[in-house]
Amino acid sequence: MVYLDNAATTQIKKEVLDKMLPYLTDKFGNASSTYTTPGAQARRAIDEARDIVAQALDAQSSEVFFTASGSEADNWAIKGVAYANCGKGRHIITSKAEHHAVLHTCQYLEKQGFEVTYLDVDEYGAVSADAVQNALRPDTILISIMFANNEIGTINPISQIGKIARENRVYFHTDAVQAAGAERIDVCEMNIDLLSLSAHKFHGPKGVGALYVRRGVKIDNLIHGGAQEMGRRAATENVAGIVGLASALGAASETMSERTEKIAAMRDYLIGRVISEIPDSRLNGDPTRRLANNAHFCFRYIEGEGLLLHLDLRGFIVSSGSACTSGSLDPSHVLLAIGLPHEIAHGSMRATLSEDNTMEEIDAFVDALKSIVSTLRAMSPLYEEDAAAK
Amino acid sequence: MYSEKVMDHFSNPRNVGEISDANAVGTVGNAKCGDIMKMYMKIENDIIVDVKFKTFGCGAAIATSSMATELVKGKTVDEALALSNKTVVDALDGLPAVKLHCSVLAEEAIKAAIDDYKQRRGEKTESHECHGDCPHCAHAHHHLPQNE
Repeated sequence: MVYLDNAATTQIKKEVLDKMLPYLTDKFGNASSTYTTPGAQARRAIDEARDIVAQALDAQSSEVFFTASGSEADNWAIKGVAYANCGKGRHIITSKAEHHAVLHTCQYLEKQGFEVTYLDVDEYGAVSADAVQNALRPDTILISIMFANNEIGTINPISQIGKIARENRVYFHTDAVQAAGAERIDVCEMNIDLLSLSAHKFHGPKGVGALYVRRGVKIDNLIHGGAQEMGRRAATENVAGIVGLASALGAASETMSERTEKIAAMRDYLIGRVISEIPDSRLNGDPTRRLANNAHFCFRYIEGEGLLLHLDLRGFIVSSGSACTSGSLDPSHVLLAIGLPHEIAHGSMRATLSEDNTMEEIDAFVDALKSIVSTLRAMSPLYEEDAAAK
Repeated sequence: MYSEKVMDHFSNPRNVGEISDANAVGTVGNAKCGDIMKMYMKIENDIIVDVKFKTFGCGAAIATSSMATELVKGKTVDEALALSNKTVVDALDGLPAVKLHCSVLAEEAIKAAIDDYKQRRGEKTESHECHGDCPHCAHAHHHLPQNE
């Protein structure tokens, strides 16, 4: 199997798993327990994990809170800031290309009486800092713009947006689920107030994420109960998961530049071959300001799910933003937001690499892709019509 | 998520292509919804002696097109008109609920081709053309959560 769906999830690294295992076996204590050995071991492991995550973000340890997922972190950031600051205002700015964990949370808040501006994105899926500036109102309490897009990989001008947020004293949240471990993040320099991340996107375990909350940010709790996470997020800590998250993020941060350079070289080779060898194909997302591992295409005249299934049958795992894979008849909201017509957006495919891929795999993948696209086009009435028109 | 039969008909679709001297051609669906099926038939003495298809669509759309052509080949026009989407689904050992509209499209494609045949013969027909507002498109216009 050639796995090219690392934006969906990544394989946990052996060394990460090894660090987690003791906390699933003999070091099973509850970090909140007062008795010495097992509880203290767990407590110490969580403290160390918090330090590692803080260091990776250039944050303070007391500003890092562990959650059960990236989606929870997004929900907490947006709902928590909205509810804690509704006395100041009820307006939120986000974009049309956000992940559903942000979009659906904002839609929920609209039902609670908040007002949300969903900014347009450009043809590459990026939000412009000017658009954020122009959308600001006296009652704006939060800007939530993703660090990098999960479908097409485009990286937003986070520092510029952070600067605007800071100058206007509006909180700035960024969903960095795809960027953490892959892009340099400095919450101080970039003026980020809240940031979400998820361990399974950078070779950590599933079921654990984190929210960075700058000291002094007014935010309500999302999960009420015990005093865990400095009283901000109840629930007995997922010690093994937290240890896994920190271990994976620490490793990803240490190796970031050489690793992303290697992945980007394979990615660029893949894009080059696809665009030059498959007619009527297009690259989606920014050609340069994009995540190192992301290649996203549309192939005219065919539908993405059929392409995925054929690739799967040949052992290549990718994903699609076509309607048929999302469970609705509409294709991906991101592809529609960058202005693609439905019929083109239906024929989309995302390949997301990791350092474990090889050039040989990329070559085998492109060869298979070429033959499958031809097969599907040969049975597409759209292809026939277009050929006749030409 | 798909049955073995669906995967078989998807990966080795039967009757793909065109019939140059077809006397019945029907197209249903639209590119916006992501499925288009075009059926070609050669009908002699009210019997469908040959049938071929071209489909733009997902795995289920290709598999249902393939199965529908198998089910009507050699049948009379009236037998083909009586083909329901459920027959196609059953012959494929089922389809996921979100893909049932593909089987409706296959049924409509057969009917559209036969309508064309009847129109060419000067017979009156009901229209089965899809204009993108048919119920099979409308029922699924909601967003299920995405999975990452």
